[in-house]
Amino acid sequence: MKIHIKNGHLIDPKNNIDAKQDVYIAAGKVAGIGNAPDGFVANQTIDAAGLIVAPGFVDLSARLREPGSEYKATLRSELQAAAAGGVTSLACPPDTDPVLDEPGLVEMLKHRAKQLNLAHVYPLGALTRQLAGKLLTEMCELTEAGCVGFSQADTSITDTQVLWRAFEYAATFGYTIFLRAEDHYLAQNGVAHDGEIASRLGLKGIPAAAESLAIASILRIAHETKTRVHLCRLSTAEGVDLLRQAKKQGIQVTADVSAQHCHLTDHDIGFFNAHANLKPPLRSSRDKNALCQGLKDGTIDAICSDHTPVDDDAKLLPFAEAEAGATGLELLLPLTLKWAADQKTSLSEAVAKITCHPASILGIASGHLGVNADADIAIFNPQQEWKVSASQLKSQGKNTPFLGLTMLGKVRYTLLHGQVTYQA
Amino acid sequence: MYNPQLDADGKLKHLLTIEGLPKKILTQILDTAETFVGVAERDIKKVPLLRGKTVCNIFFENSTRTRTTFEIAAKRLSADVINLNVGTSSQSKGETILDTVDNLIAMHADMFVVRHGQSGAAHFIAQHVPDNISVINAGDGRHAHPTQGLLDVFTVRRYKPEMHNLRVALVGDVLHSRVARSEIHALTTLGVPEVRVIAPKTLLPAGVEKLGVQVFHDMKAGLRDVDVIMMLRLQNERMSGALLPSAQEYFKTFGLTQEKLEFAKPDAIVMHPGPMNRGVEIDSSVADGHQSVILPQVTFGIAVRMAVMAILAGGQSSGGSTGGSA
Amino acid sequence: MQLPDPEALLTDITARIQAQLAANGPSNSALVGIHSGGVWLMQRILKSIKQDVAYGTLDAALYRDDYAQRGLKAEPKPSQIPFDVQDKHIILIDDIFYTGRTTRAAMNELFDYGRPASVTLAVLINRGGAELPILPNIVGAEILLKPHQSLQLSQDTKGKLHLSLETN
Repeated sequence: MKIHIKNGHLIDPKNNIDAKQDVYIAAGKVAGIGNAPDGFVANQTIDAAGLIVAPGFVDLSARLREPGSEYKATLRSELQAAAAGGVTSLACPPDTDPVLDEPGLVEMLKHRAKQLNLAHVYPLGALTRQLAGKLLTEMCELTEAGCVGFSQADTSITDTQVLWRAFEYAATFGYTIFLRAEDHYLAQNGVAHDGEIASRLGLKGIPAAAESLAIASILRIAHETKTRVHLCRLSTAEGVDLLRQAKKQGIQVTADVSAQHCHLTDHDIGFFNAHANLKPPLRSSRDKNALCQGLKDGTIDAICSDHTPVDDDAKLLPFAEAEAGATGLELLLPLTLKWAADQKTSLSEAVAKITCHPASILGIASGHLGVNADADIAIFNPQQEWKVSASQLKSQGKNTPFLGLTMLGKVRYTLLHGQVTYQA
Repeated sequence: MYNPQLDADGKLKHLLTIEGLPKKILTQILDTAETFVGVAERDIKKVPLLRGKTVCNIFFENSTRTRTTFEIAAKRLSADVINLNVGTSSQSKGETILDTVDNLIAMHADMFVVRHGQSGAAHFIAQHVPDNISVINAGDGRHAHPTQGLLDVFTVRRYKPEMHNLRVALVGDVLHSRVARSEIHALTTLGVPEVRVIAPKTLLPAGVEKLGVQVFHDMKAGLRDVDVIMMLRLQNERMSGALLPSAQEYFKTFGLTQEKLEFAKPDAIVMHPGPMNRGVEIDSSVADGHQSVILPQVTFGIAVRMAVMAILAGGQSSGGSTGGSA
Repeated sequence: MQLPDPEALLTDITARIQAQLAANGPSNSALVGIHSGGVWLMQRILKSIKQDVAYGTLDAALYRDDYAQRGLKAEPKPSQIPFDVQDKHIILIDDIFYTGRTTRAAMNELFDYGRPASVTLAVLINRGGAELPILPNIVGAEILLKPHQSLQLSQDTKGKLHLSLETN
């Protein structure tokens, strides 16, 4: 199968390309950029006039709900959502049921995903068994089965001795640890940013310090144990500051922010809108601005969708009882573009936050379109408007605070291994 | 700004929280309540306003006291009353809030009085009932208890009619108190210029001063020249632990005694939403003293709840108009 | 249309109310004004009869049959019946008698205070159009009006009464 993508504007931040260039694909790989390789005869031509051609997006956090929560979503529905969102590689956190703490489960997940052939799935293995924060998992075995890093998902390791040893052990083999920094006790039972809104609405707050305290200990341990650590879904201004200092000191740390947190604050909870119940909680506008700024100056490396499909029943409850999370794979592109527009930064910068940067954090070869790279490609119209609606979303989860709003930027084609997996 | 409690004409449709309600509506409720105070003093303590209507008390959290006052209020308006204590039955069997509510809608109830342990539960129910049903929040988590807030300002207005010239202090567990939040909004909306909160830092929510109150951590300074003292209830489970070391120490530092009462104006009134913990947040001699208006609060509570129900029911069938009928 | 002078009508009904009081005995009687016009009239009557007689006011809003359509008034006035209604001869006073529905509501409310010995209805004007088997006993004047017309009693700052007719 040979594909010629013509007339498109190619943005490939890793290879410093931001120009009108044709892309030639053969045998699932990029065969040429700009000029056709010798003797290239396309079986299929995609006319990308007026469209942006970019590497397929790499998402650092997407819950696929398999195994265990197929009533919320299935691998098929969510990988279709990934394709519709231009996401060709995604990391999934280990908080499935059962938890991804055994090589067999990881192999099964990889196998199922491969059969569907809609996106590359990179599981993050559990750092501790059952995510209970007590016993280490078989990290080498899990890596062999396909894990690209180790995570605690939304739970924290409260025992600092265990945390320290987990870091040491991972560092032994050069594994990356993915942690969402949150002090377990300060965050306990909290559902909203501890500020004016939570006080008015009578919701139990999670102080910003729950994040900064945890980041401070994680960074210290990472420094002492020389472990590579990735901070997932930063939410506070203090967190961004700590990260900035740590990077200056040369600590091996990277971080991401969820696309939701680049745009929303605790004000968006409104009158107890359960779709705005997220983990970490939506914080103040000061925090939101610091996150956007941190992304711009490179302190924060990547934007993730934090895709968390939730069934209607689990959202049709009073705010604090509703399950946290938002569906996000299909919103990753427009929300990233909006961040770039708000910050007056380039399209290339925006694309980098969802392609080469997250790919390098995961240690995978994707995220760019150099010759011989995998032909994982997203072709999108950055100016196309569309309305977020339950019927429009491919994800089985229809839960998003952006429901009913108009988005700017729509994926038109997604290619995985040089095969079209989505076309609008 | 959109307010889910008001209909398109700005009339009260549900009573979910005092926050965001215009002064005009609060005043209308208080003035209407004045007409109902007299009803309770008559031989026949009943008016036919809600004849044929069904009021449903849905209590996901038990409270015999609050439920009773709503029940009396509804009955004095001639409504039929159904009491449902869901806390102990359906919820434990896995029925969701909406299942319970849908069942009551199918029974043609006209008004729901809802109490729930989660903040926002009343808003949630109001969003899911058909147009002809009104929802009254009888307390949701830490969020709001609007009829309590209204009866408290009704009591204040009765004893201290010069609302724009008052200094009011709320004392105690503001953090967990829906009553405090409703009182603060009611007082500030009605133009009380100075509302204070007095509590240890562990019992104050983040950013409490953004609600328009002054914060004190000391009874002597906080009560100085105050006209009204509103005590808050301290829940048993919070008396000793990480929030407070002991009930004894709390009483010593923040309990209202005759001695501390003297920091306030000599004619200050003392209020409490009940039930009281004597010897924890308030001394018996103060609770039963001549400055206490705690029992009148209970009496006024019924009139205020009657007023709220009457106003909500009056707006329910908006169509049709009968001309002059003098 | 030439409207009668309300002050003259008031003098007339005051005399007849006084006669009624004398017949029943002032200590067994009470005056009850219906808000707002009826209360103004009652206050004037009390002033001119110079007699010690029990009195009260009714709003009757809580007893109206059109409540479901119209809701409550924005500024309700409390009813005040500070005497024992039981076995009293009550003279209800209203300004304009029209459908009879206000009278019905007022009587229902009155009976919730006790069982009066008798109820007499005194009005300044009967404008015709009763919809219930209720008629005033003491009437200042009868003026037949069309449904789209509206007759209003008002009181100026000096306490003088005025009638005005509006056509909708």
